[in-house]
Amino acid sequence: MPYTLPDAEGHFGEFGGIYVAETLIPALRELQECYLQCRNDQNFQAELDADYQDYIGRPSPIYLAQRLTAQVGGANIWLKREDLNHTGAHKINNTVGQALVAKRMGKTRLIAETGAGQHGVASATVAARLGLECVVYMGETDIQRQAINVFRMRLLGAKVVPVTSGSKTLKDALNEALRDWVTNVDNTFYIIGTVAGPHPYPMMVRDFNAVIGREARQQMLERCGKLPDAVVACVGGGSNAIGLFHPFIDDDEVAMYGVEAAGHGLNTDEHAASLVAGRPGVLHGNRTYILDDEAGQIRETHSISAGLDYPGVGPEHAWLKDSGRANYVGIDDDEALAAFHQLTRAEGIMPALESSHAVAYALKLAKQLGPDKDILVNLSGRGDKDVHTVAEIEGIEV
Amino acid sequence: MKRLQQTFDRCRQQKRAALVGYMCAGHPSQQLTLPVLDEMVASGVDIIEIGVPFSDPMADGPVIQRASEQAIDNGMNMQGVLAVAKQFRAVHPDVPVVLMGYLNPLLRFGTQRFIETATASGVDGVLLVDLPVEEGRELRLSLQQAQIAPIMLVAPTTGVTRVAQVVDSAAGFVYFISVKGITGSGRLDVDDVQSRVEQLKDTTGLPVAVGFGVSTPEQAGALAQVADGVVVGSALVAAIDGAGTEVDARAAVRATMKPLADALGKVH
Ligand SMILES: Cc1ncc(COP(=O)(O)O)c(C=O)c1O
Repeated sequence: MPYTLPDAEGHFGEFGGIYVAETLIPALRELQECYLQCRNDQNFQAELDADYQDYIGRPSPIYLAQRLTAQVGGANIWLKREDLNHTGAHKINNTVGQALVAKRMGKTRLIAETGAGQHGVASATVAARLGLECVVYMGETDIQRQAINVFRMRLLGAKVVPVTSGSKTLKDALNEALRDWVTNVDNTFYIIGTVAGPHPYPMMVRDFNAVIGREARQQMLERCGKLPDAVVACVGGGSNAIGLFHPFIDDDEVAMYGVEAAGHGLNTDEHAASLVAGRPGVLHGNRTYILDDEAGQIRETHSISAGLDYPGVGPEHAWLKDSGRANYVGIDDDEALAAFHQLTRAEGIMPALESSHAVAYALKLAKQLGPDKDILVNLSGRGDKDVHTVAEIEGIEV
Repeated sequence: MKRLQQTFDRCRQQKRAALVGYMCAGHPSQQLTLPVLDEMVASGVDIIEIGVPFSDPMADGPVIQRASEQAIDNGMNMQGVLAVAKQFRAVHPDVPVVLMGYLNPLLRFGTQRFIETATASGVDGVLLVDLPVEEGRELRLSLQQAQIAPIMLVAPTTGVTRVAQVVDSAAGFVYFISVKGITGSGRLDVDDVQSRVEQLKDTTGLPVAVGFGVSTPEQAGALAQVADGVVVGSALVAAIDGAGTEVDARAAVRATMKPLADALGKVH
């Protein structure tokens, strides 16, 4: 039976759903209705395809990393080059799509949350293009960590609002964006940046990113005459991973690996590996794996990459984990940093620190699988935004 | 659940609305939680809402968020909240207690264990902000079986057909959210809320309480003309914030709640 989740109420088995205050439910219903119309509307899909091509620069190529492959001496490592997209990451696939939905709904104001700033930049970008007001919520801690992206958003005309509650990071920015939306629900469209949040967001954000997997599947068939043996992607909220995985779910011969941030190690409290080290709970409008303490309070997380620094994960990944269809693993800060350097030096491709987690795991997996196998890694974004972080960690003054 | 009904019945006989007061357990401190609750009753509060602190209170404004963070820092958790409820119950056998919070701390405590402990602590109702009618049907049924009212929210954005669905799964009372926004918001439009509450009362036999953004006796008095209950939260939480002694805390509670009780025509 082909894979069709979620159900009409947004459930992936026992995960997902719509756990929000009543004030938001009618807005979510309206969004769901409008999005389902868009999904079945050829004009909408044509508009989206045109934006993918002319604005983002799709399709993004797949690239055989030959020197990297040779260094490992195992399976072929292929990179899906989402780093080549306009604004430098997969995030734009989603914001372009949601902006088209917002336009259809006649909304005049876009809001977004952001951690690393990539989704904030991608949201500010589509807002500028449509001439819409844009407000981006960002934790105070992240604003300090990602000053360049904050400036980019401001150049694009967005207002960046510092969030000072809680841990002052991505999860708190998401709370604040939800509060804004509850208050301004009449004219405001909330662009969530990953496959989390209440239904229909996990489904909608997945659909807009599934272009990654659709292209990659076709490209692998054309280049290798077969599907990859494994696909690998990093998992923060899970949007680039589900975008890659989704078109492969019914291909049983393709193994799927989601790579979470193990931070300072899974045996410490300082990581962001909700699927590997968390348990089912409810956060930000859906039931999924989360990191919380024994009292059910959401824990502060840590990762070298701000984009993976999130205590929840998209509910579809929770389902894929429990059903056994996908595997989830952790890569710590040091391993990610080493992979960042290795890919940069071996191929002249500087990955985002988020994507470096996927690369690090692919290096291990390539060795395990051995030659004559093919691994497809989602290179979700480029590393320009991270050079300051890398320099700081390594004690280098730029 | 019985205490809720008795309280609304008594208020109706007295031709006035019930005053519902919210505080966050553990704020401003663990030691002051019971004195604050006690003084709320002494100042004319008819129904007590005890907030269960949560790290990510997405429907709350800055005042309750900060109180929640402080309460967690003070070591408050679900077990502590239920202990507070039990101690309160021992002193005030007839005052209804409603717990208000978010789903995750309850899930972590364990649903069955929660229902048993809440029953033993004399809890009358539970309001879970992030559990709309679409989710948690079983939890609501289990609560009902234990005579604990699942209290449901109706928002200004809730349409007519949906209202019917929501009130159908509620017990105790229906909580009408008086603003499009978060708790403590300053945008209350009393006329608009009055007409919405009148409509709501046509669709349910349950009492209707109104809250979110109510802070002044004038607002409370105007809402009381149509509603069966008026909820005041952020104003009280802000008033007791920073109170260091029991005397200060009690004085702050009294100064905030007594004028509200008077505005609702409560005879002391
Ligand atoms: C380049 C890149 N990859 C991955 C992520 C993680 O998000 P997700 O798991 O939703 O793909 C981010 C988030 O900021 C990102 O910027």
